[in-house]
Amino acid sequence: MDTISKFLEMGGYAGYVWPSYLAVFGLLGVLLWLSLRGLKAAETDLAQLEGPDGKAARRQASPAADGAPDT
Amino acid sequence: MLNYFANPRRFMKLSGILTPWMAGATLILAGAGLYLGLFASPADYQQGETVRIMYVHVPAAWMALFCYTGLAISAAVGLIWKHPVADVAARASAPIGACFTFLALFTGALWGKPMWGTWWVWDARLTSMLVLFFLYLGYMALNSAFDDPQRGTKASAILAMVGFVNVPIIKFSVDWWNTLHQPASILRMDGPTIHPDMLWPLFLMIGAATTYYLWVLMLRMRRDLTEGRVRARRQIQAEEAGA
Repeated sequence: MDTISKFLEMGGYAGYVWPSYLAVFGLLGVLLWLSLRGLKAAETDLAQLEGPDGKAARRQASPAADGAPDT
Repeated sequence: MLNYFANPRRFMKLSGILTPWMAGATLILAGAGLYLGLFASPADYQQGETVRIMYVHVPAAWMALFCYTGLAISAAVGLIWKHPVADVAARASAPIGACFTFLALFTGALWGKPMWGTWWVWDARLTSMLVLFFLYLGYMALNSAFDDPQRGTKASAILAMVGFVNVPIIKFSVDWWNTLHQPASILRMDGPTIHPDMLWPLFLMIGAATTYYLWVLMLRMRRDLTEGRVRARRQIQAEEAGA
């Protein structure tokens, strides 16, 4: 127990050390979550627009329509 | 070569494979770095336990410069060779770099107060990092300021390229001017001045920050490209409905 509280006290600098780690992992975590959520939303929109057979049908109609052609 | 990687479909395929690997590498490197940095490495003989702020401050500061370098190169490639994926990469880099720069400033203030006796000084290193933060914000604001996205992309790319002059100023500010900030202690001609017990966790955390950047960069680029396809699809549907 003493070891844990000694570790958390950080030699009297807990008020500086832990907020640093909290800010870094908190902000980077939020950025990651927003990025994942944005990608998921975009993929959902695209899937709804294309429908179950949309992608295959569009490729059959125009091979270059699904983004730029392979070069 | 550039054409090969600038292809959106090829990028989507490649990033789909690489994204989970970057996620895994980030978790492993950060886990190992945190363990060594918080539990296994010693306290500094002068700074005491506050030295543990170094394991998040230095990676954030390095990534602030790394992201901006990537942003400026991508913006230049997009502007000169008109590669759409390069513009997407520049746009995706900006918020990640802005977050790292903010974190470098914030954790630097938290480290500065107990060690220097002040949260902030207007010296060359700190001020040039603040300028970098405003450059990121300016890039993002300019990029989305125009009704015509092409104009926004072009104007912000020029700002990113001009702003790159700040990167070497930040790096060498501790050598060129008197500052409270310590001089370079890793990238030195005579080798690092940090003990390996502290250097290893620092390298692991820098590695984790780099793979995190690549991970989030690919996620944001994939989102941007997917949104482009959604807009194109809606336009086709609108044209079909109007015909």
